[in-house]
Amino acid sequence: MSHRLDRGGRLIDRTKRLDFTFNGKRMQGYAGDTLAAALLASDQMLVGRSFKYHRPRGIVASGAEEPNALVGLGEEPRFEPNQRTTTTELFAGAKMVSQNHWPSLEHDIGAVNNAFARFLTAGFYYKMFIHPRPFWKHVYEPFIRRTAGLGRAPEAETVDADRYEQIHAFADVLVIGGGIAGIAAARAAAEAGRRVILCEQAAHWGGRAPVDGVVIEGQAAADWVEAQIEALRGMANVTLLPRTMGAGVHDHGYVLAYQRVADHEPGADKPRHRLWRIRAGRTITATGAIERPLSFAGNDIPGVMLASAMRDYAVNWAVVPGKRVVVVTNNDDAYRTAIALHEAGVAVRAVIDARPAARGALPEAVRARGIRVATGTAIRRVEGGKRVTAVELCAQESDGAEASERIECDAVAMSGGWSPVVHLWSHCGGRLLWDEAQASFRPDPDRPPLGHDGAGFVIAAGSANGAMLADTVLADGHEAGQKAAGAKKKSRAPKAEAEEEEPLAPVWMMPARAGYKLRMKMWLDPQNDVKVSDIQLAAREGYESVEHAKRYTTLGMATDQGKMSNINGLAILADALGRPIPQVGTTTFRPPWTPISMGAIAGEARGPLFQPLRRTPLHDWHEANGADWEPVGQWRRPYCYRRAGESRHDAVMREVKQTRESLGLLDASTLGKIVVRGPDAGRFMDMLYTNMMSTLKPGKCRYGLMCNENGFLFDDGVVARLSDDAFLCHTTSGGADRVHAWMEDWLQCEWWDWKVHVVNLTEQFAQIAVVGPNARKVLERLGTDIDLSREALPFMDWREGRLAGMPARVFRISFSGELSYEIAVPAGHGLALWDRLIEAGAEFGAMPYGTEALHIMRAEKGFIMIGDETDGTVIPQDLGLDWAVSKKKADFLGKRGMEREAMVAPERWSLVGLETVDGSVLPHAALAPLEGENANGQRKTQGRVTSTYHSPTLGRGIALGLVHRGRERMGEVIEFRGDGGRMIAAKIVETCFHDKAGEKQHV
Amino acid sequence: MLLLTCPHCGTAAEETEFANGGEAHLKRFGPGSPDADFEAYMFNRKNPRGVHFERWRHAYGCGKWFIAARCTVTLEVFATYPAQVTEPPEDVVKAIRAKRPDWEGWA
Repeated sequence: MSHRLDRGGRLIDRTKRLDFTFNGKRMQGYAGDTLAAALLASDQMLVGRSFKYHRPRGIVASGAEEPNALVGLGEEPRFEPNQRTTTTELFAGAKMVSQNHWPSLEHDIGAVNNAFARFLTAGFYYKMFIHPRPFWKHVYEPFIRRTAGLGRAPEAETVDADRYEQIHAFADVLVIGGGIAGIAAARAAAEAGRRVILCEQAAHWGGRAPVDGVVIEGQAAADWVEAQIEALRGMANVTLLPRTMGAGVHDHGYVLAYQRVADHEPGADKPRHRLWRIRAGRTITATGAIERPLSFAGNDIPGVMLASAMRDYAVNWAVVPGKRVVVVTNNDDAYRTAIALHEAGVAVRAVIDARPAARGALPEAVRARGIRVATGTAIRRVEGGKRVTAVELCAQESDGAEASERIECDAVAMSGGWSPVVHLWSHCGGRLLWDEAQASFRPDPDRPPLGHDGAGFVIAAGSANGAMLADTVLADGHEAGQKAAGAKKKSRAPKAEAEEEEPLAPVWMMPARAGYKLRMKMWLDPQNDVKVSDIQLAAREGYESVEHAKRYTTLGMATDQGKMSNINGLAILADALGRPIPQVGTTTFRPPWTPISMGAIAGEARGPLFQPLRRTPLHDWHEANGADWEPVGQWRRPYCYRRAGESRHDAVMREVKQTRESLGLLDASTLGKIVVRGPDAGRFMDMLYTNMMSTLKPGKCRYGLMCNENGFLFDDGVVARLSDDAFLCHTTSGGADRVHAWMEDWLQCEWWDWKVHVVNLTEQFAQIAVVGPNARKVLERLGTDIDLSREALPFMDWREGRLAGMPARVFRISFSGELSYEIAVPAGHGLALWDRLIEAGAEFGAMPYGTEALHIMRAEKGFIMIGDETDGTVIPQDLGLDWAVSKKKADFLGKRGMEREAMVAPERWSLVGLETVDGSVLPHAALAPLEGENANGQRKTQGRVTSTYHSPTLGRGIALGLVHRGRERMGEVIEFRGDGGRMIAAKIVETCFHDKAGEKQHV
Repeated sequence: MLLLTCPHCGTAAEETEFANGGEAHLKRFGPGSPDADFEAYMFNRKNPRGVHFERWRHAYGCGKWFIAARCTVTLEVFATYPAQVTEPPEDVVKAIRAKRPDWEGWA
């Protein structure tokens, strides 16, 4: 059984006991424990079930590579699945639930899959679920959906109770990894005067060195680490970030680091996670190495652990996974585990070494302790169900048909050598080379990821760079720090004493020629249940690319991304393909290194801070007066103003009616207002707009269209000529910034010698539309020096003067068909003018109206709305706006595009009015289908609705739509498809439904 | 995330501070131009593996357009220069040649 030792544990505080539960069972750990250490201390080795066969799964590792010990942690609204117990610190009241089992962890029905394992081989899903086709929807898909996925997602409607934040930071040298290599690198760079950030994913500094008993500069590693950290903390140019994982290295030295600020103290008044967005001149990846498992039959049974992990648990947390342990290895490092366990009082039954001989200092030290070392030997098979009970041995160079010996034990420590963590090096294109001696990939220093200046910006250091002994690790870290800092003066690297190690022997399978029965019990990826036999099958079936083999077998997928399993997997694949390992290569390393929370990605960008909100000068008035808001770009505009007890529809009808009958007021401040000024302004305007603008006289307005070079209409609005050299362009509310950018683009990149400049004044002015038969009267009551009479200020003219004591421009333009003035005043006067209009308009029942009333009134007049009648494929001619497209101008943006065959074809759809025969309102975007199918096998259509409303003015449904050759088909009745397939007959009519002669706006 | 230096205001800034405007040095074809030329202008874009010229606007900065010459494989930025030119300036071409002797050249 796994248990806590009576003494030791360098990271735990035995005076602080912490209660927690696992599947409802009460347990206790110490402050400083990880969840995994606390579980092991409570003899909870079984922590979950595997994905496919639901086999019992125990804790294997002690770090980020852990594939099994993932739990659901916490309760709604803080519940999270797949929390890695090996890297999560224990806190009081932690609630864990295990995953992938039903009804319970101990008795799982899905484990029946295990009995059928030989039918569930690689590619099972692809092979099984393809026939018969009709089974997919009703049988297979629901089944897969029920069984797929690791853990359960939080409740859909739950809102995360925690807060998260992001921070930008800059460093000359960013060091990722706070082991001895990272510390040496940070120290060297800091002493060269650089701004340094040193981050470490764990809560403790020093990495493996303190566990391995390394002596540095005559001090125990832990003491040396503490002194170094203390020194770095005292330097003003150094930032230390524990509990901060380097998540991803991105283009040009942009690095995301993920800080777990408060995971270990829930309820603290702190953000839970903080995402660091770091720009670093040079990044040093001192990310260490991960131990590889060995592939022998039954290597997935709980109790089989990585040798280094077993050592970590013993030294750091005083926890051992068993009372009788067998160590199995192909290298010297695992002997350290044998020593550590022996010194902790655990019976080490034997060290099984696959190498023909083991004569290094470490094996000799083990033998000196009276522990048996069996060389040239393999584990043939592990016995046990939910827990290891024994191992059978055989010769490594054999097929393992028979066992040579059986040793009873309750845990197995395995080591297949170490793989440098090259992930961060590789994120941005750093290349790898194959190190024969270590049998691992490591960074190729000649092919690093490149920065904007073409120089490498990542330097790998320490074990992450393939340096495996403490002394070389320190030297490598120190050198990396100096190099990253561009240090001129070379300083001495710290020195370490450590045992020499003999070379490892690459062992990808145990025994070397194991038969099929053994191979199908050799787990490569215990999380996804991928075995040696699966990879071999994939290779036989033609999955030769490592990327294909990964996806076919699911090797290294899901939450751990094969940190522990990938190298073994591709060695098996290479062997099966008869190719050298470097030729098979690795799968792609993608950020993040380990999963980061969605909350950290969102940061503060949630709720009101999700995106900036633009408010007009009248925003607060609207808010206080019943505005029903509608988003328009980043603006909020009132859709309508609801009165107590009134529906939206009724409010809109009231607003339209009152405006048409007497007086309405609209906040039009969101309209784009762009000034184009300069000697070449007219020439520029003629290029921008489809119609002639240079001939417009000061004091006059003209409606204009803007097209892109394809000839497609993208914005419209009224242009006012301010003076000989200046125009004011009104744009759509959502389009102002786009139009301004469009103008700048052409001015800067095509016609840069034209003497014109453009300024976006949208927010400088408040603009109020005063609309209705009483519009003129109310303006006159406000007092003005502008003659507002029909003769002095006719339709489509504008004047500047004073209105209600304010400087104002009065544009006599109309988007409703009514007598209408749009008044622009400096933004700061907006609210005062609005108040005066409401006050003076009271006798006419002045009524503010919203965007929906605006839409209905413009549709009644057949005026188009960008985004309704246009969709990026519509040219002005489609909308009957030929009159606004100049035939005289030699050139304008879009002219060449409109000349194309398809644009002048009579087959185009054109804008028409639609009146339902029964007076009802057509559904939004309804289609008018035709019999038959088009070339793509889709139902043919002959038209679609672009705008549809109930018109209070006409008392019926009206719509605008694009219909095939529509303008030639006046009076024809066609059918549109409504909800549930109901067909609705509508008559094709003129686009203008109301006041066709336009008399009302000319009064 | 790319790091670009605006040649107008001299600021080195994050990619998110800029807006990409696609391939640079396109020649505009207007009314009366042959279909093939217009098609090339509108739609046919280079997609080089290697040296590439692209338009960027310092959208959240000085607002000016410039052109970046960069490598689409290594992401190295050879130069940035104001957009008021019809082809890459001589010194930019030289700088690229120095680093990419095999470059087939612009156009």
